[in-house]
Amino acid sequence: MKKLLKYLKAYQLQSILAPLFKMTEALFELFIPLLVARVIDIGIANNDIPLIIKICILLGCLALMGLICSVTAQYFSAKAAIGFTSKIRHVLYSHIQSLSYTELDSIGTSTLITRLTSDMNQVQNGVNLTLRLFLRSPFIVFGAMIMAFTIDKKAALLFLGTICLLSVIIFGIILGCIPLYNKIQSSLDELLSITRENLSGIRVIRAFCNENEETHQFKNSNKNLTDLQNFTGKISALMNPLTFIVVNIAIIILIYTGAIEVNKGTLTQGAVVALYNYMSQILVELIKLANLIITITKSVACGNRIQAVLEIESSIINPENSIVCEDSEYIIEVKNASLRYKNSPQCALENISFKVRKGETVGIIGGTGSGKTSIVNMIAGFYTAQSGKVLYKNKNISDYPLKQLRDSFGIVPQKAVLFKGTLRDNIKWGCPDANDTDIVKALDTAQAKEIFEQKQGGLDFMIEQGGKNLSGGQRQRLTIARAVIKQPEILILDDSSSALDYITDSKLRKAIRNIDPSPTVFLVSQRTSSVMYADKILVIDDGRIVGQGRHDDLLKSCDIYKEIYDSQFSKG
Amino acid sequence: MAKNKITDQKQTINKVLSYTARYKIRIFISIIFAAATVVLSLSIPVIIGQAIDLITKKNEINISAIVQKLIIVAALTAANAVLQWLMNTINNKVTFKVVCDIRNEAFEKIQTLPLSYIDSHQHGDIVSRIIADADQFADGLLMGFTQLFTGILTIIGTLGFMLSINVKIALLVVVLTPLSLFVARFIANNTYNHFKVQSEIRGQQTALIEEYIGNQKIVQAFGYEDKSMKMFDDINDRLTSASVKAVFFSSLTNPCTRFINSLIYAVVVSAGGIGVIKGLLSVGSLSCLLSYANQYTKPFNEISGVITELQNALACASRLFELIEQPSETQDLDNTIANVQGSVELSNVYFSYTPDKKLIQNFNLSVKKGQRVAIVGPTGCGKTTLINLLMRFYDVNSGKISVDGYNIYDIKRSSLRSNYGMVLQETWLKNGTIRENIIMGKPDATQEEIEQAAKATHAHTFIKRLPDGYDTIVSDANSGLSQGQKQLLCITRIMLSIPPMLILDEATSSIDTRTEMHIQRSFAKMMKGRTSFIVAHRLSTIKESDIILVMKDGNIIEQGSHNELIALNGFYTNLYNSQF
Repeated sequence: MKKLLKYLKAYQLQSILAPLFKMTEALFELFIPLLVARVIDIGIANNDIPLIIKICILLGCLALMGLICSVTAQYFSAKAAIGFTSKIRHVLYSHIQSLSYTELDSIGTSTLITRLTSDMNQVQNGVNLTLRLFLRSPFIVFGAMIMAFTIDKKAALLFLGTICLLSVIIFGIILGCIPLYNKIQSSLDELLSITRENLSGIRVIRAFCNENEETHQFKNSNKNLTDLQNFTGKISALMNPLTFIVVNIAIIILIYTGAIEVNKGTLTQGAVVALYNYMSQILVELIKLANLIITITKSVACGNRIQAVLEIESSIINPENSIVCEDSEYIIEVKNASLRYKNSPQCALENISFKVRKGETVGIIGGTGSGKTSIVNMIAGFYTAQSGKVLYKNKNISDYPLKQLRDSFGIVPQKAVLFKGTLRDNIKWGCPDANDTDIVKALDTAQAKEIFEQKQGGLDFMIEQGGKNLSGGQRQRLTIARAVIKQPEILILDDSSSALDYITDSKLRKAIRNIDPSPTVFLVSQRTSSVMYADKILVIDDGRIVGQGRHDDLLKSCDIYKEIYDSQFSKG
Repeated sequence: MAKNKITDQKQTINKVLSYTARYKIRIFISIIFAAATVVLSLSIPVIIGQAIDLITKKNEINISAIVQKLIIVAALTAANAVLQWLMNTINNKVTFKVVCDIRNEAFEKIQTLPLSYIDSHQHGDIVSRIIADADQFADGLLMGFTQLFTGILTIIGTLGFMLSINVKIALLVVVLTPLSLFVARFIANNTYNHFKVQSEIRGQQTALIEEYIGNQKIVQAFGYEDKSMKMFDDINDRLTSASVKAVFFSSLTNPCTRFINSLIYAVVVSAGGIGVIKGLLSVGSLSCLLSYANQYTKPFNEISGVITELQNALACASRLFELIEQPSETQDLDNTIANVQGSVELSNVYFSYTPDKKLIQNFNLSVKKGQRVAIVGPTGCGKTTLINLLMRFYDVNSGKISVDGYNIYDIKRSSLRSNYGMVLQETWLKNGTIRENIIMGKPDATQEEIEQAAKATHAHTFIKRLPDGYDTIVSDANSGLSQGQKQLLCITRIMLSIPPMLILDEATSSIDTRTEMHIQRSFAKMMKGRTSFIVAHRLSTIKESDIILVMKDGNIIEQGSHNELIALNGFYTNLYNSQF
């Protein structure tokens, strides 16, 4: 949280003025019992009605000044807290843009989304409340004590004792309940996951007639939750009665000693009333303070989580100067490269070596989890190999500035993701300057022309978030068009025709071969039919290349390839 | 429209009351306690006021009289504290029990809801009803119990006490109080719009974050970072200015009502002070009045808060009741079937999910014991619809389906379903150990049987490598298992129980073809002599079926064996040839 506070600097003035104004307001409040004491001791004692009215006007003025101060304070604190959070949100968002795939993997996008949304709101809330209340509540508590001290020195001791005792009770109960609340939350989460699981597996559960077991499990968890809530409720229900007892005992002592003092002539009746009023003020403020501290602990925790993300640095260094490429025999050359993902005990890729000439089509085939996607991600520079070399046009891939690298590669990822916006906007991701003719051409290559011909509005067809209003196959073809329009030197298709039927798939492959100028193509697939015409096929098994060459050669030399082939083209 | 809303709310209140009626004795006790605490806590200031009155002048004070008063205060305090704690505990207990009951009922309801409901509603929405709505409902109910009743009683009590002390000053307070409520209302109304704008923009921002950060890898792959940043900043700036307004205006409520209350306080001080001089009341009564004046406005603010909270709670409750009151599946008959041979007959079946979109029409199919039926066709053609009908996940609109000659609508659902072994494309594992997942269909299976089944599906090798073997905890969302491994577990589940009929819906779609080939033999063994229905897009796996149904747009357009269909030279032939 500490490092985040530097962003509060832009709002230094507001964040100093807000608590100051709040404190001034509290100061005015503290005078009220004193004034009331004067009404009793002087006004009433001397039958001085004009004085009473004067004091009341003074009370009204104090109230008005309090209002002005507190409104000013609220404004400054709102301004500072929101401005501060807005700034951090910007900083965090921009920081995420600079992270590499490795960091994105290890943090997880869902975490990042939480940091940017609900964590930010908590921080904003915490800062706002802190600016408003953190000085006010202690000020009133101790102010009341000091005021009591000025009225009667002995009473101050009683106040100190009461404050300590109240603090122990209030903070003890609240702090004691925090872990219980956390337990309740996780118990609620459990209930949530049981329900969610039940819904997603409803067919299987009904097919196996497991409804009763599921209900039984739910009821058990629900009972646990209820017991826990009851237990916590019992403890937190102690707060009001206990504080009530303490304050009333203090008042009893106050009046008793007050009576003795007044009898001795060392104190007045009005002073006793004033002390009584101060005592009542303390309780209210202490409870506010305790709640404030809960909010602060929560928002500090959120702030720390945000800071933790900001402290993560990208593992890929982005060189500044672009590289002038020379002609080289191979456009991509991989030498003994091994890749291990962060936090993973096993290598995803081991000792990979292959060479690709410009314009060649390379098929990559293998079972699920064999490392096909890892290879293309490594070539494209998203992950850095721990050992070995990955060369693009004879230069180390990590020497290229990211911008130059991204411009050279056109990627169609496995998961076909589109963004909210028109069809045109989505395709233009690949090439911001493209005109409609270019777009239609790219759609044509991707076998996606029918989509914009069918959809209302053509290129202006609005795609919903995540492409929800398109089928899986349509999405896949649009993501292909998005990569093709870039006219990249290297086109990577990562299992991007899995949702297409065989006819469309083969048409697509033909269209890609006919692109001019023809890109170097990496084609990842589980289907032999998709890769069999490639110039070179890499067969991957368990992170290793177990065969490379042309289809016919591999059929003879590579058992695994032959098995894959046979499993898809069964004899007969 | 507005009238409907009110009657809706009334109905919801009645339903909530019927749930709470089970605990009526406790609620009755709680109400008595609440009344008692209000009276006790209001009488304490009166007695303290009397004690203060006894503190007169030097050497004139009767200390023992004061002590007597103070002893009463102590006794009242103790009694009040105990009653308060008991009341709160009872309220907690009743609230949590009611919510627990409603949750259980809602979950039981899910088990009997027709699948059409579950398929057509977002799961997130149903989950949030049972979890979040129920939670909000509990909060609201608890607040209602603890604060609404005591709040109202406190207002009435305070008024009564004030009136008994001094009628004129009491009336002054009564007349002035609405001022503070009015101010609060005024601010709330004006803030509402600002809040609405804020939450709209916040919603937009969250959507943008979910979309772009959720797909950060693609944003980077296309060098779209700057544009994404610009879009974000644009919304962020708008959010900032909207938030400042919303937060600032809403934060005015407290200072403003506090200001009004301070003014009332000042008026009471002056009126009371003058009253004391004129001999209308004592100093102790004044101090008592002052502490009431402070207290009197508090419940008003609380009650308006409670009412919003209660309204929210009622809205949540009505969403819950809406779920609970959904019609269940049609009543089950008690007939069971045993020793099923596996002949299945569909005659004149009509079915559609929505009345305006016709799907299956006049469908007839006769499957003999042990036959293998394959269903093929492009995605979205309605292949899984047939499975929905066979398993009675959905009921036909008209026509008849029978198993071994028994109409399946005359048989208990669970009896019908337990005769089918089903593997779906969407693998599903329950949160639990691998063993628990495998024995779902046969809870009394021995370790030996389990391992045998797992070996047949080639799942045994990877299970053995897991840290706790068969006792490794897995869950659907987060198991560290690959999609293919999950599918193997689902197949093992069936392999263990092997019911007389099988339904395999793309059962091997996530398993790579090489592994699939390896388990094909066990599959063949499993299907031998069992009637099976297979959905697949890999045509090679279904060539040997006895009947192939070719579906398109919900209709069966071709039907026959592989050779017959090839000879037909129609859609199937086209589909088959495109694969090579």
